[in-house]
Amino acid sequence: MDLFEYQARDMFEKHGVPVLAGAIATTPEEARAAAEQIGPKSGGVTVVKAQVKTGGRGKAGGVKVTKSPDEAQAAAEAILGMDIKGHTVGTVMIAQGARIAEEYYFSILLDRANRTYLAMCSKEGGMEIEELAVERPEALARIAVDPNAGIDAAKAQEIVDAAGFDDADKPAIADAIQKLWTVYRDEDATLVEVNPLVKTEDGEIVALDGKVTLDENAGFRHADHEALEDKAHADPLEAAAKAKDLNYVKLDGSVGIIGNGAGLVMSTLDVVAYAGEEFGGQKPANFLDIGGGASAEVMANGLHIILSDPQVKSVFVNVFGGITSCDAVANGIVGALDALGDEEDRPLVVRLDGNNVEEGRRILQERNHPLVTIEPTMDGAARRAAELAARPSN
Amino acid sequence: MAIFLNADSKVIVQGMTGSEGMKHTQRMLKSGTDIVGGVNPRKAGTTVDFEGGVSVPVYGTVKEAIEATGANVSVIFVPAQFTKAAAVEAIDAEIPLAVVITEGVAVKDTAEFYNYAKEKGTTRIVGPNCPGLITPGVSNAGIIPADISGTGRIGLVSKSGTLTYQMMYELRDFGFSSAVGIGGDPVIGTTHIDCLEAFEADPDTDAIVMIGEIGGDAEERAAAYIKEHVTKPVVGYVAGFTAPEGKTMGHAGAIVSGSSGTAQAKKEALEAAGVKVGKTPSETADLMREIMKGLAG
Repeated sequence: MDLFEYQARDMFEKHGVPVLAGAIATTPEEARAAAEQIGPKSGGVTVVKAQVKTGGRGKAGGVKVTKSPDEAQAAAEAILGMDIKGHTVGTVMIAQGARIAEEYYFSILLDRANRTYLAMCSKEGGMEIEELAVERPEALARIAVDPNAGIDAAKAQEIVDAAGFDDADKPAIADAIQKLWTVYRDEDATLVEVNPLVKTEDGEIVALDGKVTLDENAGFRHADHEALEDKAHADPLEAAAKAKDLNYVKLDGSVGIIGNGAGLVMSTLDVVAYAGEEFGGQKPANFLDIGGGASAEVMANGLHIILSDPQVKSVFVNVFGGITSCDAVANGIVGALDALGDEEDRPLVVRLDGNNVEEGRRILQERNHPLVTIEPTMDGAARRAAELAARPSN
Repeated sequence: MAIFLNADSKVIVQGMTGSEGMKHTQRMLKSGTDIVGGVNPRKAGTTVDFEGGVSVPVYGTVKEAIEATGANVSVIFVPAQFTKAAAVEAIDAEIPLAVVITEGVAVKDTAEFYNYAKEKGTTRIVGPNCPGLITPGVSNAGIIPADISGTGRIGLVSKSGTLTYQMMYELRDFGFSSAVGIGGDPVIGTTHIDCLEAFEADPDTDAIVMIGEIGGDAEERAAAYIKEHVTKPVVGYVAGFTAPEGKTMGHAGAIVSGSSGTAQAKKEALEAAGVKVGKTPSETADLMREIMKGLAG
């Protein structure tokens, strides 16, 4: 789960990372009130920043420096509702102004290849770090961090040395880095990024922007993390699926997909898109993994979610019963279709293999539902589902 | 012979007395696995009866189980929040192979116990979030259904459980020396490369199927390894060409993997290493079938 900048700021503050004062607003009036509170800390100057989970907001006009509450209100008026790379701005942060002397970069992230963490640090912050990594890789220090040892004082020193900071600045930066490590460790983050980490004209080190990704699998240790979820912007179908504990991702195509196991479902999307090329470019409408050992109820819930997507023209149920029993899947399909009754007219193509497949196929054949076609192979079923999705609707 | 799991494998189950542990211990027993014990400190000294008249003793710790039975494999079914403790216990007891089936383990926990195991150097970890591994007809450590395919001379390594089953089913006419589900988590104990290396060295394996999926750069690294070190034919499949960019593909994380991480990049890397890559699981199986027929002729 990616956090908004203001959530990252709050989290930094909680762990003692130096940050500037900031408050959020969802209306221009709230922005004005926040600027009245915060402005005096920095000679009346505040920065109004769009809160979106994407980069490039500065270039898009989503960050404005303001000199009075009036200006802050006007800036919020302009920024709220703005579209930045497909993200509508619903919240702005009003942050204390800073007189920046230098901009640096720091991040800690999971290094999947080496199965450790990686700290990256540069004296040259502010710019897009991908560009820096490509254009001037020597300016980006990369230091491996042992997950069990973490970033202690010696490791922090190694990082600031490698990044080549001035000796006078090193202690304060190393201290900030150790505190950012506690954010990473104690909050179960997979990414903590500060760009820029700045030195102010007064020589203070401050995290001016923050990006934090939290590991959702660690939720059991963090009761407070659930409140950080951005429920307002969730796709309604994705939210409905999540409420039923289903792993669903909405896509743009016309063939609804249900399968078991993330790998098989991903593969099913590909096979449908591949088969769909022949039928006017039919594409998968979603990803839906009902998981291992799925029951009839889970199957029925999945089918309900898929069929509540009006873009879906046909559905492909692709199950390989490893632990999942094919008879449970078949019962789920029959149950869901019976519950939907005559109103449902979109065809289902079903491919079942594996555990208890004969019984599963028998249940479907016996019910002989007019919307259901059983196909023996995954490729054949994908073709059939794409073909059905391409038929002109009645 | 096969890889990691053979006729000498004596298996214990951590979390055997839980519902998943019970169900799968029964299945492992049924497929011929030598299950020598379960571990649960609260039920130490008891035994659990399974179908077929098998009685499995429960030990208080992994260490006790090893001392009493000579166990050399542990399959871990404990819930995600307790998985790290269970893995650390297995590592401390120096069990040679620990197979972590549990899904949803926090990545920090895995990173910590994996690096702990690496430092100690006495335990190979498979998983987490994996179906485990099977040497058909011999031993089965995990949840791969034993009746999909029999023994044969193809080696299989896969990030995905159900694609493992699918591929075993597609190639059941040839059978498998071993099939290893390495798991789809960002940090896993045994990689594609570890399995490729083992299959290359295994006299009972003639050819290898490698299944990957989007995220990270494990497949690209495996491709480079194949080019350098693998002489046996390898067929590949990559899932996720149409998958949307995942939330876990963090901003800075993209730097580590560069332009890799997409299914297309993985496919190209594998093909550049001489690996034939199928567009669908069935097509991949057909590519392997041709190779096996060629080897037989």
